[in-house]
Amino acid sequence: MDDFADKLLDELDCRTAFEIPIFGGIPVPESAVMTWGIMAALVLLSIIFVRKLKTVPTGSQCLIEMLIGWLNNFFLDIMGPKGKKYIPFLETLIIYIGVSNIVGLFGLRPPTKDLNVTAALALISIVLIQVCAIKEKGSKGWMKGFAEPMPLLLPINILELGIRPLSLCMRLFGNVLGSFVVMELLKLVIPVGVPVIFSFYFDVFDGLIQAYVFVFLTSLFMSEAME
Amino acid sequence: MGIVALGAAIAVLTGAGAGIGIGLATSKATESIAKQPEAKGDINKALLLGCALAEATAIYGFVIALLIILFMR
Repeated sequence: MDDFADKLLDELDCRTAFEIPIFGGIPVPESAVMTWGIMAALVLLSIIFVRKLKTVPTGSQCLIEMLIGWLNNFFLDIMGPKGKKYIPFLETLIIYIGVSNIVGLFGLRPPTKDLNVTAALALISIVLIQVCAIKEKGSKGWMKGFAEPMPLLLPINILELGIRPLSLCMRLFGNVLGSFVVMELLKLVIPVGVPVIFSFYFDVFDGLIQAYVFVFLTSLFMSEAME
Repeated sequence: MGIVALGAAIAVLTGAGAGIGIGLATSKATESIAKQPEAKGDINKALLLGCALAEATAIYGFVIALLIILFMR
């Protein structure tokens, strides 16, 4: 049993991939390396798929257009025409989180399992939400927004600034970590066959739903901030 | 280790609330889809949002339990 717990704890660790040999060695965590890998793969794939675009789509172009069209419609629905300029960011975010969540399928360790990665993503989101509020309403309107719907709620509105990113970050982290732990336990108990079936639920379904929820909430907060 | 494990188990009990909440939300959503099948898209969106928010409590419990196990041994 102790052996089992140690193995699990070892899996939960955020390992250091390598160290940059300046300033006495800066450790680079595995999640950062995984993120670079995913970024490189996504950039490469987009270049390959966008290279030979035709007016009348054929083959893989149909699929890509369908996906992007669906995403465009989805975000346009929530954000309205005013938020059109933020859509590319949201689409990038959903593609990145989606891919990094299902990377566990290939036996890799998902970078979103690291709390630091999800915290950074949540920070990006909350900063963007505030920036977008300032841009739409001016800094005065943004300040006034804290006293709405009545001045009594000011502390709660300020608290929300911290709570929203915290809950975004914890939700993604907890879900990915939870499914990762369950999958590791399954692999330790029954190494052959059965994990494949469960992997479809825990890696694919749960991962994609969480990416969807993260970006959905971000865009919802954004459209709320713009009003 | 015994007391720590008990603490973690109590923290994970938050999952019960999330389960009840998501169950209620889903039952209402199914009802309303049966009544108005044309509003399926909107209902699905609202349901997903509600589930994500309800599920957060369970996730907090899970994270706290994990932190208890990792840092209190």
